[in-house]
Amino acid sequence: MARKHLSKTTLLTLAAILLLTACKGKPWNDPYPAADADANVYYASFSEQPKTLDPAQSYSVDEAVFTAQIYEPPLQYHYLKRPYTLIPLTATEVPKPIFLDANDEELPADTAKKNIVRTVYEIHIQPGINYQPHPAFAKKPDGSYYYHNLSAADLADKKSLADFTQTGTRELVADDYVYEIKRLADPRVQSPIFGFLGKYIQGFTDFNAQLKQNNNVDLRQVPLQGTQVVDKYTYKIIINGYYPQFLYWLAMPFFAPVPWEADAFYQQPGLANSNISLAWYPIGTGAYMLEENNPNRQMVMTRNPNYHKEYYPMEGEPGDLKAGLLTKAGQQLPFIDKFVFTLEKESIPRWNKFLQGYYDQSAISSDSFDQAIKIDSAGSPEITPLIKARNISLQTSVSPGNYYLGFNMLDSIVGRDSERARKLRLAIATAMNYDEYIAIFLNGRGVLAQGPIPPGIFGYREGKEGINPFVYEWNNNNQIQRKSLDEAKQLLKEAGYPNGRDLTTDEALLLNFDVMSGGTADDQAFYSWMRKEFNQLGIQLQIRDTQYSRFQEKLRNGQAQIFMWGWQADYPDPENFLFLLYGPNGEVKYGGENATNYQNDQYDALFKKMRNLPNGEARQHIIDQMVAIAWHDSPAVWGFYPQGFLLTQSWVAPTKPNEIANNTLKFLSIDPKLRAELRDSWNQPILWPLTVVVLIILAGLLPIFYYYWRRQHRPVRDNNK
Amino acid sequence: MIAYLIRRLLYLIPVLIGVNLLTFALYFIVNSPEDIARAQLGGKHIDQSVVQDWEDQHGYNKPLFYNNKETGIAALTDTLFVKKSLILFTFNFGVSDSGRNISHDVSQRMWPSIYIAIPTLIIGLLVNITFAMLLAFFRQTYVDLSGVLFCIIMMSISGLFYIISGQYFIGKVLQLVPISGFEGGFSAFKFVILPVVVGVIGGIGAGTRWYRTIFLEEMGKDYIRTARAKGLAESRVLFKHVLKNAMIPIVTGVVVIIPSLFLGSLIMESFFGIPGLGSYTIDAIRQQDFAIVRAMVFLGTILYCIGLIMTDIAYTIVDPRVRLQ
Repeated sequence: MARKHLSKTTLLTLAAILLLTACKGKPWNDPYPAADADANVYYASFSEQPKTLDPAQSYSVDEAVFTAQIYEPPLQYHYLKRPYTLIPLTATEVPKPIFLDANDEELPADTAKKNIVRTVYEIHIQPGINYQPHPAFAKKPDGSYYYHNLSAADLADKKSLADFTQTGTRELVADDYVYEIKRLADPRVQSPIFGFLGKYIQGFTDFNAQLKQNNNVDLRQVPLQGTQVVDKYTYKIIINGYYPQFLYWLAMPFFAPVPWEADAFYQQPGLANSNISLAWYPIGTGAYMLEENNPNRQMVMTRNPNYHKEYYPMEGEPGDLKAGLLTKAGQQLPFIDKFVFTLEKESIPRWNKFLQGYYDQSAISSDSFDQAIKIDSAGSPEITPLIKARNISLQTSVSPGNYYLGFNMLDSIVGRDSERARKLRLAIATAMNYDEYIAIFLNGRGVLAQGPIPPGIFGYREGKEGINPFVYEWNNNNQIQRKSLDEAKQLLKEAGYPNGRDLTTDEALLLNFDVMSGGTADDQAFYSWMRKEFNQLGIQLQIRDTQYSRFQEKLRNGQAQIFMWGWQADYPDPENFLFLLYGPNGEVKYGGENATNYQNDQYDALFKKMRNLPNGEARQHIIDQMVAIAWHDSPAVWGFYPQGFLLTQSWVAPTKPNEIANNTLKFLSIDPKLRAELRDSWNQPILWPLTVVVLIILAGLLPIFYYYWRRQHRPVRDNNK
Repeated sequence: MIAYLIRRLLYLIPVLIGVNLLTFALYFIVNSPEDIARAQLGGKHIDQSVVQDWEDQHGYNKPLFYNNKETGIAALTDTLFVKKSLILFTFNFGVSDSGRNISHDVSQRMWPSIYIAIPTLIIGLLVNITFAMLLAFFRQTYVDLSGVLFCIIMMSISGLFYIISGQYFIGKVLQLVPISGFEGGFSAFKFVILPVVVGVIGGIGAGTRWYRTIFLEEMGKDYIRTARAKGLAESRVLFKHVLKNAMIPIVTGVVVIIPSLFLGSLIMESFFGIPGLGSYTIDAIRQQDFAIVRAMVFLGTILYCIGLIMTDIAYTIVDPRVRLQ
């Protein structure tokens, strides 16, 4: 009977296991609402919370992901063409500069640059562009605004933007662009580029001073000399002298329009207490608008129903057609209805969710690099079978940025003009094996740098003619090869430090490496590697690690000796890299971006010529000369150009990496049905191990219960017997 | 008792002033107002005039403790310490240095932390007490020895290991729940299961050992021997007498942590994508947002002190012999 009962129980258990394991339906681990399973929604993650989405303040890549989709400056970069090409976005055309003399008389286009006192950019915007729906525009039938000049009582129950039920829109006008330029100079806004633009936009600093005198002024009432509204759809920006790179700034959100209604709405007292501000609820004309702003959990952008007509480019580079990048040519943008960005601070869960299909694209962290990528015998990256099995594709692109080991040229040992210091710097540059650094610390995600200009930027030279002849040579196999350590030691000897001993003092040479501590385990490995590189020459390296703000202060005060630093391009022009060594851009004396404080009259003269030239042979020639001077003087050891690896799921249409433009989400498209099918097939719950665990626990408890039962029912011993 | 509570609450004032002073001094030994401004403005093209504007607009243009430009009491009150730190006594946390309202953020972020902390605490207590009672019941047997060994092993393993293993096995291999993420309301259930399971398992070792010690201590007392001598079943002795008296240290130990539960857990929330308060202070320190740091330290101090007061009250409830005077 017991046997029969046991077999019945076993059968029931087995049936339950089979039932549980056999059930096929929607995944249980889907982190998104079931209703969105096959919706046209793109899922991505972010790891750094945006601080502000105000276009006058935002200057971080983490924020540009959002601001670039929402705000529309007059210009943008062509999605497919390389080198990066400026095209109109809300403008009707890319503006041509108009040159003026001191009397504001127009000069011919081919006038000598030194005669140009002012340059005017007249920008015509397209009529008929409307803002996203927003409460700031909502009007009553009598024409007054619903939500301007509200009382404290009216605002008391407004906890989010959704609490304002009425929305409206209005047409984009030239005034809005001028309004934003004024905001850039407004001391209440504190735009990070105010100081920089103050050098160029006419009357910019005076405007700032004027606003400081009158703190609560309506910006529309105060004229800014460097801007002028010509008509409803035309405005002018007047800049001092000649600065051809200014056009690139017109493709950044700093120059996007902000309607005056935004300030009228958001500056009402009380709204800031509920975090309702332009910094968190932007108002734009872009393809997307921010629906949910919770930087601690999720940022959601939805399609702007008022978005103007814009179409996928009809042409690109050779190879784009074959790569499937022109299949949507001529189709109206954007393609995706909604973007959901989820905060993932840790790389492991982010990676696992990508493998489960819950993120559409993913970068690769060091933790998961080996799971995703293997380096073949030729040193090229390729995806692992695990990734290949899921039809995930890999795209690599070199970022327009550089990382370098800088020498403080104001330092008495490694800096200044002496031949001794120059040879010491060259010896260090020759000994530093950045190939090894890229392999160890970047998993190969970097390109060995030869100079300040990275690939993809005009002026960069590839191959033999692009190598730094002081540090590298071109070997018989047509490959770049670092000069030998003996040559580095010889240079060190010539500098008066044979085997790392200072001949003048007969003491070991001690150098200081100033670095900001990231507080990770990798830091110690990096410091050990740095010491090892310097030890090859017999130089003792002292690591002076400090927090970021102290490190920056050292750079500003010229107290750093050797430091690792980097630069990410603002725009795709060599001027934006070569200015890193331009004397009048020195950090200590002028507060500029030249962190090494390098100053060379010849270099500076060439820089002034180069920055005003259009890309072409003459400009390339000057750039070559400038780079050669930098190689000779070696104010920095050019380390590497960072390389991005991006994995893309099979349901995402081919995309082209664009390292300069950020407004590229409108070009993305996905196949939501394919995604839903694959997610379902990849994520079926597996229940039998859980059942086994429960059975094991029950099996473990049985003897305990038995023991308890025996103990409770054992006969009492009579010790007197 | 009311007089006692008022007295304890008044003690809070010097404690809060001291903690505020210490936080303020430590923060400004390491950071200057300019550092805070530059951290908020970013690293590129920053002009000194913009830094100055930022300091002026955010009220960081004042001296730390003594204002030479003012006379009388204003020399002490028109300072960063008074304007930024002592103002917290009005419970006006103000806006963060990045411009967000701190009270609003705290009120939004405390709920996800509570979603995780409360179930973890309650289920953890039940599991640990049950397991500890089992070990106490089988004291000095192989069940007890292997249970203690199991607890020591569980205690020796890093909490991070439980999180990563839990995400790997339950979220990735078995695909039973989302690996990370959060939704409010009833949808929170599927996101909360994994962190709660991990939190409970991670706490079994230490919790069980502590409760086992408490139970064993009670079981050695005379009244238990009397109960057994009366012929009570062991289960009745355990549940009726031992558990009841062991609840005094258990309840007081739990009550002290209740107010701080909503402050969340840094690692847990980071890995599971819970938008709670766990990382609020750490993120603020990293981003050099002094406004958040000072507000959270102030809040943490108050909650800790309230926890201690609640413990005292709990003593009087669970042990009638205790009187607060």
